Parts: sequence; structure tokens; C-alpha cells
Amino acid sequence: MKKVHVQLTLNGEPAEFLAEPRQTLLECLRDNLNLTGTKEGCGDGNCGSCSVLLDGQLVTSCLVLGVETDGLRVDTVEGIAKGSTLHPIQKAFIDNAALQCGICTPGFLMATKSLLEHNPNPTEPEIRLWLANNLCRCTGYDKIVRAVMIAAAEMQESAQ
Amino acid sequence: MRDSGPHESARGHVTGAALYTDDLLGRFPRLLHAWPVCAPHAHAALLRLDTDAALATPGVCTVLTGADVPGEGNTGANRHDEPMFPLEAMHHQQAVAWVLGETLEAAQRGAALVRAEYEELPPILTIEAAIAADSYLSGPHRMVRGDVSALERSALKFEGELRIGGQEHFYLETQCAIAWLDETGGVSVQCSTQHPAEAQEIAARVLNLPRSQVTVECLRMGGAFGGKEVQSNPWVAVAALGAWKTGRPVRVRLTRKLDMALTGKRHPYLIRYATGFAEDGRMEGLRATLYSDGGWSLDLSEPILWRSMFHCDNAYLLPNVELTGYVCRTHKTSQTAFRGFGGPQGMLAIEEILDQAARRLGMRPEAIRERNFYREGNSTHYGQPVKDASRIQRIWDELKASSSFEARREEIARWNADSPYRKRGIAMTPVKFGVSFTATFFNQAGALVLIFRDGSVQVNHGGTEMGQGLNTKVRRIAAETLGVPLEAIRLMPTNTGKVPNTAPTAASAGTDLNGAAVANACSELRERLREVAAALLDCAAVEVQFEQGRVSAPGKEPLPFGRVCEEAYRRRVSLSAEGYYRTPEIHYDPKTGRGRPFYYFAYGAAVSEVELESFTGDCRVRRVDLLEDVGDSLAEVIDRGQLEGGFVQGLGWLTIEELLWDSHGRLATAGASTYKLPSWSELPEVFKVSFLPRATEPGVIFGSKAVGEPPLMLAISAREAIREAIAAFGSGGPVHLDSPATPERIFFAIRAQQEQGGPA
Ligand code: FES
Ligand code: FES
Repeated sequence: MKKVHVQLTLNGEPAEFLAEPRQTLLECLRDNLNLTGTKEGCGDGNCGSCSVLLDGQLVTSCLVLGVETDGLRVDTVEGIAKGSTLHPIQKAFIDNAALQCGICTPGFLMATKSLLEHNPNPTEPEIRLWLANNLCRCTGYDKIVRAVMIAAAEMQESAQ
Repeated sequence: MRDSGPHESARGHVTGAALYTDDLLGRFPRLLHAWPVCAPHAHAALLRLDTDAALATPGVCTVLTGADVPGEGNTGANRHDEPMFPLEAMHHQQAVAWVLGETLEAAQRGAALVRAEYEELPPILTIEAAIAADSYLSGPHRMVRGDVSALERSALKFEGELRIGGQEHFYLETQCAIAWLDETGGVSVQCSTQHPAEAQEIAARVLNLPRSQVTVECLRMGGAFGGKEVQSNPWVAVAALGAWKTGRPVRVRLTRKLDMALTGKRHPYLIRYATGFAEDGRMEGLRATLYSDGGWSLDLSEPILWRSMFHCDNAYLLPNVELTGYVCRTHKTSQTAFRGFGGPQGMLAIEEILDQAARRLGMRPEAIRERNFYREGNSTHYGQPVKDASRIQRIWDELKASSSFEARREEIARWNADSPYRKRGIAMTPVKFGVSFTATFFNQAGALVLIFRDGSVQVNHGGTEMGQGLNTKVRRIAAETLGVPLEAIRLMPTNTGKVPNTAPTAASAGTDLNGAAVANACSELRERLREVAAALLDCAAVEVQFEQGRVSAPGKEPLPFGRVCEEAYRRRVSLSAEGYYRTPEIHYDPKTGRGRPFYYFAYGAAVSEVELESFTGDCRVRRVDLLEDVGDSLAEVIDRGQLEGGFVQGLGWLTIEELLWDSHGRLATAGASTYKLPSWSELPEVFKVSFLPRATEPGVIFGSKAVGEPPLMLAISAREAIREAIAAFGSGGPVHLDSPATPERIFFAIRAQQEQGGPA
């Protein structure tokens, strides 16, 4: 099958890749662009570990075709930190031990980022609802909610 | 005591830089991808395999079949009963051949074009069918104490049956292995495994190579929970064989659906029992037969069954007991280790029996539990003294008070009286879990610690990191033993070329064993450095102190650790050391069913409160309180994570995770969309976790205790709370409830209660 040339803004920088039309965005990120921070947990939209932002919208990249991203913005876990300075969400996940094996973490970070962009001051039920598409088999979730609340508070404070 | 710091790989996890096996693909030019040819029947003879069309497909490199195997084409760990290329398919979707392609799609297309002809054979798909056909992989195994005929004379006698469902591991990272021929002609493998030494053994067996020619490395795992203890071996074997045949790197990665269809799960059980109790609730006799559904091959089913039998007592004295166990052979995936390793099924049985007895005797379930607790001086039914038995009562009392159990129980009774369609229930259960591998020879570990001349340190050990925080704990042990800051310690990936002949990382014993081996190596090195430092500082060796990277003695100017290391090098003192540890005092004889299989017991207890809705069987977990004895915690945040995560995983097993096989032996729940994992809606609304204070465990590394498995069984409290709530819909009589207590089962159990006659 003929490959398609895709140009996009990836983590704030211009980027391009050649994609087979059937390739998912997840495959393009991992295999074509060697950005392996985005993980595949299920491949069918049910676990959230492949979550990325597509033009600011939270999507599961296993359900998006790579060619669909032409001309759009894609943000992945690799772009959250500013150089070596971690984002407050990343810090909160580390400080509150909201990770164990860590493989679900990139998806949770992207989902959290999108939540706090939509709703900088979420309640606990709102957090639970927003993150409901992200599965974690290790932590039992409680520490993830704490981390998100702390990250939100931190970001509110520094925004003032 | 200093802190262990955050998870050793936390920064990598949050930036996406932490690598898992499948993240390495880009490093392997000319990589081939493997895809299986799967049998479409649960049981069938393979008559013919025609690979011509597949081989003619563009992008297909080759098809691996039995003819390619230079050694023994069998990946069965103990009994050698798992042919890589079977002539008889033993479970639905079993791989009979593997296609290697330039891309995954090419391999998949090729696999679809392999023509395989089968003759269907009748499958055995349930435990009952296996019993009827006398189809056992192992058994009978027995454990006996006292005179079980005592139960015939008991005031209360009854019989019963309990069905316990299995559980899918659902590690978020599916099985993955990459193999290649390395620069020196050996075979190297990167894989996601809890047992690199066994992966090495199996690859060597298949290729007919000495083990010295095979190197296996595991960077980290995206979860394992027992599912990568032996179940990671077949994929290593395929990758290694593929690399051997083609000379190119080969990647085997199972997609989620394939992983669920091909890999073993927690064993389903059927337990049949007869028991007798005194009027005051004391158990007088128990005769039980445990049938586990082992699937098609033996795997670890025997030690798992033993552990079920060891844990049929949970925290209770069984004076007269006769346990019999069988591993049934069925045409399903080969069931395997899963957090708790059979312990949960055994404990569930005794908790079921105690509750059944309580409701027949008109006692409160928590009262009958307390009545039967082990006391100081008691031994288990396999002859091991119950060390620290009084901790069971201590934990029970502390938790009862801190969770306001009694007050809430009354409050719930009042609430239920006014609520016809919703009922709440609260229950409390203990856990006593034996720590050590039941196969005694596994209880050993090695380490290799390298100090460089600048004072930086590499630590190698045989344990694998799967998110349980082993490396975080080991880093702290190494740093404190050498007296350097955490940052000076670098944990290396687990590699069979560094530490050979290791045990799997399992049985909650990863830190106990590997931590002790690392401490052993580090103390050896510290003592060597002490001599050097004494000369440099001009003091007596005993005066030298190692702390936070500074080496000092009273009244002397402290030296940086690296300065002492450089001096040691110049004085020709070796800066590397091996460490070794074996757990003392343990032994077990399966023939007599007696011994001391565990080095110690981990204790805990939990209170759960649930609310049920009678029209749908819906269950909400309102509040959970856990109290666990972790000794002196090595890393509190990590132990807390293990407690919460273990509890929620147990809650999933007991309430929503249901494996369903259809009448053809197809797994009907082979995907994230049909197999329900605990998600946010199952997270308890209030979740309180605490550790037992003043609980140092002598003889274990830094006085800590294992914490990986025990919390899973704390979730039994939720199942018992559900039963309590179901009982509230009726007159409080016995409640039959198989596991998992799905909304469907809850709904029908409520119906049955209501039909027995509801409260006035
Ligand atoms: S991999 Fe995309 S949602 Fe699971
Ligand atoms: S930390 Fe392992 S799946 Fe979430």
C-alpha cells in the first residue's frame, strides 16, 4: 500500500512521517517516530494507556489513524516536561506514588492534563469520571486521585 | 531511619523514558515479527499443516514448525508437558505454528494462509466433567491432622460446595520477547519475565545449547502478578528459535486478545466440604476436597494447590482436618501463578464455611471468626508453629476500634430496617499468609555489587521489577549498608549474565531474598573499605563510619566515599562482591504433608461496608479499612501502594472479574471490552489504610515483611459484607454465593433470600 506523507505539530515542534493508511496513530508514534512513551494496553479503546491530545482533545491513539493527524497538533507524554523541568502533574504523580509499574502512567498524565485544561479545579467525583477510561492494574487508583487533586491545587496556586 | 525516596524509575515513568521490552523495537534493524497459527478447537488432533501459501505471501520470511527445533521443542517448566508445536491442540487458540514476517501484518496475513487440518476430539471444559472423566494432572494430595471423624459428633454438622472463579492477570503490558544472535555467537533475549533464569533454561533447551550461550535480560515489567513467572517462557522460546533459524532479531508480542486467549490465569476451584461445629462456634472437624482447574498442562499447579491447602486454615485453628486436593486437567489455557498463588482460594473456603456456620448457629460472623483464631502456642495443620499468633487478635481489636465496627454495624441495621430495596452490609475478615516459596529450593538469591573508583555503585540482583517497588527497596538497602546517598546507587536491569541461577521474583519474597543478598554483598564491601579508610583517616577500623557518602571517624576530617574507593583500588583491594542469601529453617515434605514451609506469616485484617440494590444486584463499596502488619516498612509509599492495589485486585477477583468459557471452550471474555476490570467505580468511596505499629520482624531484611500478596486476600471482607447485605433481605439464614459475586449472582441470591421469607 502506498504510504502517505503526514505533517503535523508534535509536542509543539513541526514533524512529519510516512504512514500506511491502515496504521493507527499509536503505531505511527511508536514505530515510525520512535516515541515509545505512549503505550498499548488493549488496542481497542478500552484501557486509556495510549491516550494523547489531538488538537487539544483527549483521544485514545489506538482508535485514530495516523493519516488523520495531518495538519493537526498531537501532544504526547514526551512533551509534558519543559526540558528537564517536570510539569506539576508529573511531580504530583511522583510525590504521591501514583505509579507502580508505570505503564499506565503516560495515559493517566495525558488524561489529567486534558482534565485540568478543561476544569482547573475539579472535585473528586469529577476526577473519577474524567479518568474513568483509564485502567490501572497496580495502584488501586486511590493515589492517582490524590495526585490529581494535588496537581490541580498546585497549578491553581502558581497561576495566581 | 531514612526514607526510600520515590519509586526508583518514577522519573522515567512520568516522562515516558522508562523502557519496557516492546519499546526496544527501534533498536533492532531487520527485525522480524511473529504471529501464531491458532487451533480453532479446544481439543483436536492436527492432521496436516500446509505452509506453501503462507510462504508465498510477500513479506513472509518463514514459518516455524516442529521440524525447525534443534533441541527439545517443549516449554513445560517442570514436567516438560508443553510441546511448542503440538500435534494435538489442547485448548482453543493454542498456537500450532508461528509465522515470521517483515511486518506484523505480513506475519498475520501469512498465518491466515497456513492451512491446518484437524480432527476434533471431545473437550473437557469444566471441573465436574474432569472429575467424571478422572482427568487429573496431579493428586490426590493430602494434609491431615487429628481425627476428622470428630465432626460426626458435633452439635452442628453440614455439607456444602463452593465454586470459585479464576482471574485474568491483565498486566497492562502484554507478553513480549525479543531475541537475537549476539556479537559473540550466543543468543540474547530481552523479555518481560519474572524468571529470567528459567527463560534462559527454556531457550537453551529448545536450541540445544548450554545455558552459558543464552543471556536473558529483563528491564522492567508493566505488571506481572504471577502471569510472567512461567507463562512468559513460550514466547521467549519462539523468539529464540526464530532468531536461531533466520539469523535475524525476532519479536514476539501478544496483543491483548491473544494474551488473554493463550496465557494461563488464576485457577478456578470447586471445593466440597463437610464440617462440624460446637454450639459455641468452635470448629471441631473439617473434611474438604479441593479441585483446581489446571487447564491443559501442569505449570505451577501443584505448589499452587499445596498453598491452597496450607491456607485452608487462614487464621483459625483446625483441630481435626482432612484435606484432599486434585489438579484437574481440562482443555483450557494452563492456569498459573497469580498473586496469592492458591492461598486466596483456600482462605475463601474457610471464610465461606465459618459464615455458613455462624448463620446456622445464629452467631455473628465476626464472633465465630474470633472464637476460632489461632492462639500463642498453636501449630498449623501441617505442623508449623504459628509464630506471633497473638498478632491476629491484636490486629483484630485495633481495627475493630479504629473502624468503629460495632457502632457502624448497629447503624447499618437501623438503616436497613427503613430501606426495603437497598441493604447495607459490613464484615470483617483476617488474613494470615505464609511467606516463602513452597518449593523450598527457590528460597535463595544472589547479587553482584560493583563499586567504581569514583564511588558510584552498580547493583545487580536476581529479582525483577514489575512495579512492586523491589528496586526502590533494594536501592535503599544498598545505600544504607554502604553509607552512600540513594543517588549513588544505580540499579541494573536483571540479567542472567550478571547473577546466575536465580529464583523467580514471586511469593512476595523478592525483597526478603534479593534485598538480603544485596545487603550481604554491600556489607562485605563496606568491611573491605573500612580497613582502607582506617589507614587514610589514621584511626582504628571500628571507629570508621559510613554515612551519606562521607567516611569519617571521631575527630577526623571526613573523606568523600569516592576518595576511599580510589585508595582501595590503588591498594589492590577488590571493589566488587557477590552476595548470597538463603532463607533458613524452612522445609516441607509433600508426601507427609508436614513441615515448616514458611519463614514467617504476614498478618492483616480488613473491614468492608457495601450497599446492594435489589432490582439489579448492583454493589457499591462504601468504605474499606485495612490494617496490615508489614514489619518495619522499607518504603511506606510503596507498601501502601501494594496494599491498596492488592485489595482492589482482590475486590475485582471476588466481585466483577468473570472468566466465561463457552460450550466450545472458547474464552468469551477475551478482551478489555468483555472482561471487566476494577475501574474507578469500584474504588471504595472511603479507603483507609494503616500499618500495624511496633511490628519489627526479626531475621528479615531491615525488620520488614513481605507485602506483595497478602492484601489481595483482605478483599474477602468485601465478599462477606456482600453476603451480610444479602442476608438482610431475608431472615438472616445461610446465603449461598459462588464467587465472583457479580451483580447477577447477587441479584439471584437476594431473590433466594426474599423467597425464604423476608423480615417482617
Ligand atoms: S491501547 Fe488504546 S485504549 Fe487501550
Ligand atoms: S501502575 Fe501498573 S498499570 Fe498502573
